[in-house]
Amino acid sequence: MALSYLRSSSSRSANLLKPLSSGLSLRSPISTDTTPITVETSVPFTSHRCDAPSRSVETNPKELLTFFRDMALMRRMEIAADSLYKAKLIRGFCHLYDGQEAFAVGMEAAITKKDCIITAYRDHCTFMGRGGTLLEVFAELMGRQAGCSKGKGGSMHFYKKDSNFYGGHGIVGAQVPLGCGLAFAQKYSKDETVTFAMYGDGAANQGQLFEALNISALWDLPAILVCENNHYGMGTAEWRAAKSPAYYKRGDYVPGLKVDGMDALAVKQACKFAKEHALKSGPIILEMDTYRYHGHSMSDPGSTYRTRDEISGVRQERDPIERIRKLILSHDLASEKELKDIEKEVRKEVDDAITRAKESPMPEPSKLFTNVYAKGLGVESFGADRKEVRATLP
Amino acid sequence: MFIVKFVFLHFVCLLQREREMALRNIMGKRVRIGLMGRRLLSTATCDVESGNSKSINLYSAINQALHVALETDPRAFVFGEDVSFGGVFRCTTGLADRFGKARVFNTPLCEQGIVGFGIGLAAMGNRAIAEIQFADYIYPAFDQIVNEAAKFRYRSGNQFNCGGLTIRAPYGAVGHGGHYHSQSPEAFFCHVPGIKVVIPRSPRQAKGLLLSCIRDPNPVVFFEPKWLYRLAVEEVPEHDYMLPLSEAEVIRQGSDITLVGWGAQLSIMEQACIEAEKDGISCELVDLKTLIPWDKETVEASVRKTGRVLISHEAPVTGGFGGEISASIVESCFLRLEAPVARVCGLDTPFPLVFEPFYMPTKNKILDAIKATVNY
Repeated sequence: MALSYLRSSSSRSANLLKPLSSGLSLRSPISTDTTPITVETSVPFTSHRCDAPSRSVETNPKELLTFFRDMALMRRMEIAADSLYKAKLIRGFCHLYDGQEAFAVGMEAAITKKDCIITAYRDHCTFMGRGGTLLEVFAELMGRQAGCSKGKGGSMHFYKKDSNFYGGHGIVGAQVPLGCGLAFAQKYSKDETVTFAMYGDGAANQGQLFEALNISALWDLPAILVCENNHYGMGTAEWRAAKSPAYYKRGDYVPGLKVDGMDALAVKQACKFAKEHALKSGPIILEMDTYRYHGHSMSDPGSTYRTRDEISGVRQERDPIERIRKLILSHDLASEKELKDIEKEVRKEVDDAITRAKESPMPEPSKLFTNVYAKGLGVESFGADRKEVRATLP
Repeated sequence: MFIVKFVFLHFVCLLQREREMALRNIMGKRVRIGLMGRRLLSTATCDVESGNSKSINLYSAINQALHVALETDPRAFVFGEDVSFGGVFRCTTGLADRFGKARVFNTPLCEQGIVGFGIGLAAMGNRAIAEIQFADYIYPAFDQIVNEAAKFRYRSGNQFNCGGLTIRAPYGAVGHGGHYHSQSPEAFFCHVPGIKVVIPRSPRQAKGLLLSCIRDPNPVVFFEPKWLYRLAVEEVPEHDYMLPLSEAEVIRQGSDITLVGWGAQLSIMEQACIEAEKDGISCELVDLKTLIPWDKETVEASVRKTGRVLISHEAPVTGGFGGEISASIVESCFLRLEAPVARVCGLDTPFPLVFEPFYMPTKNKILDAIKATVNY
């Protein structure tokens, strides 16, 4: 089913062939096609103290369709989380990632599950990228037992040990030194893996970041610091918070690369390059030029510090899913209808997961005391009245 | 007779059940609290009652205090994350427009930097009013507060000081805050000689106390109960007034047991007192207001009167400030005590997400402890 080379043929002939292929397929046969395609990234990379990787990215139909599906899933998941929050099924804080999906999928395409990822609180899609399931996501958001952190973490604290996702963190910037620690352990164990420590443009001004950077550079740790620059630290535009918003240059002696974070293929290329660099010569900073459509969190409308025109402008010109869709359509890897079907499928998956998540119960009250310390330490915890309530922490 | 009126508004979507119950108008009437307040407020506040007052909520009261502070002192500055547009809790609305961006400005996201910068500004004789967006984020600045701010005057032999520094931070549970938007870190700071820790319980208190803190010649950490920002509404005088620091206030007279608390927890304790009243237990409620240096005399006098004491705070019980109060009371009033000092506080776990109603020292827990102590 090598339909990928219909670039040169007119759409007429493509239309003739399409019904044939879709008629023969149960799902999409092209999703297993791995014939290479070369695509140019939207903008060239800008580098600091290193040679930028090439603009031409190798990909294949399978990868592109996977990108499309995964990003559509993430987008749908975030929108569903928005509605759940407004329906008060999700309480507390909820920071949505829609608009930034290209980074989550692009990074995963370049690395393995043995590489570690650590990020801040905008972690739903990063968790999905690491192999998390929709059920775990929605259950955790709603605080249920079936959630990835057993309902005790919530939106900001998704973790996945078996795929080395070291989680979501609430305190801004605190995860970066942690990430460098992970990289140190990786270097020590010599297993040719790297750590991606993600942070935002707001966190880029935290002191602990520079401490971590210095240590990583001093000891040549395989740490890749990724600044997901969505241009607003909560409500503050980057130029109001940073003297130098060129975050990829902030490392000074540490090389950096600026990447179009809305282009999944550019992200993949950059992450591949960064991994090679980190394993060979130590830390590197990646700045992902990306954008979030929602506000900082669900309590932020997102329109008091930026115009609606700006948001819709980015959505029209740079939306990551649309970019991949155009790529798929222009290379005739799937028809519009097939892509729409994928989106419908994804929608249904999300709805099913929400239904199942709603059925999951809240954690038992006794779980309030679990995991404060390591198990079996026998430490006593005192309750509201020190004499009345004594619980031995399990 | 000056009647203090508390009108608690009901926000269903934001509150846990019990807190909703605690704040509902009792039988639809306005609750009279602190009736004896006038006699026990110190003389420095005798002008509180005069002049016009308006019914406003906590964030408006704090806003007013900041307006007054900046108006009366041309060398006062307000800064922090997002303060310029009004702040995430609207405490700083209108300041940038009125006083200009040179005096009211945003800082980047760096708490350690904010406090360190504030210490420097204060050391040059200015009034630096720094805002930490949530008390949970104050820890990167902990070193600056403990090692720099608190010890500046001491180690320089009084050559320098950063008394003009006031750090404001919203603290406390809010119903859905989770691990990092609900903490009460006051105990950490109470362990540091050299700074003051002040926590208001209501809008009127907040305005007066904040102005006192700003004008106090020592660095002060001012924790604001975020849960009360919109919920607590009170008559607040419009003029400039200050309430004294290090003076506790007996806000409810009683004879059977003394309850000591601060901030938002007082409203919960108030409800417990009212319930206990129905069982014939007369409770005396003391608002500590300033945690360090705290007013031992008032609390001791109250304990000598009642012979029993219960302390309540949201922070975890082990290592919480209740321990200090308890130890101090036992030292000074041992023979007078009829029962052990009771502490009804948060549990010894990280501030939980869905388990918040179990963690919190609720009205019923306090009521149980009151009865247990009285019946000891």
